[in-house]
Amino acid sequence: MSTIRMRISPAGDVLDVKALIRHPMETGQREDKSTGEKIPADYIETMSVKVNGEQVMQANLSAGVSKNPYLNIKIPGKKGDEIKMTWNSNTGESDEATQAA
Amino acid sequence: MQTKRRVFLKGSLAASAAGLAVGAGLLSPRAVLAADWPKAAFESESMDNALSELFGSSDVSDSDDITVKAPDIAENGAVVPVTIESGISDSKEVAIFVSKNPNPLVASFDLSGANPFVSTRIRMGETDDVTGVVNAGGKLYKAGKEVKVTIGGCGG
Repeated sequence: MSTIRMRISPAGDVLDVKALIRHPMETGQREDKSTGEKIPADYIETMSVKVNGEQVMQANLSAGVSKNPYLNIKIPGKKGDEIKMTWNSNTGESDEATQAA
Repeated sequence: MQTKRRVFLKGSLAASAAGLAVGAGLLSPRAVLAADWPKAAFESESMDNALSELFGSSDVSDSDDITVKAPDIAENGAVVPVTIESGISDSKEVAIFVSKNPNPLVASFDLSGANPFVSTRIRMGETDDVTGVVNAGGKLYKAGKEVKVTIGGCGG
């Protein structure tokens, strides 16, 4: 199952895109209480949103963003447009999701 | 260890490729950096440094046309909802800063193809201003909102 959940609400000529991504966003500062060892940093570095294949947003995130990142943006578009969201983490992982408005 | 070496290798390769492109006059330094995660900006420990690394300048004017929405009091610094909206024309980039966090730069958004609006949830170590910085037509503008943090959200 995708780590990305999107809700797209068309309002006039604007698409209100809300996304929730399942990700720990580990800062690298926390200790595992049972072993006392530091939990390695694991956070999303980049995110992008494309509408019908054209990039409309690119974001750079850090461990300063809360666990399970939430993002709300507003992009020009209409019902039926295809929204594709992608993320990449510092550990080399990535995921993407595509949804029609 | 293996993964760290890989990351380092990738980083240095990307850096040298970028260096070549700049040397050849093909790209401005900003354009090269924009394609990649701005590591130096995120690792900066002061807001001025982070601004310089990210935008190439720390010269920022206050603006009433930027709205920063955040709670007055955050009981849990690990999850602070923040919304930044700009009414300045030609607003292209929005960055979120918390100056007292260990690394003040939280996130930056290139909204070239979107409305100058972004809403997300961030971590705050202690009571501080959340600052929204907007790059509009190559000039930097900012606005802030104080959030009182009861329990910090950066450590364990």
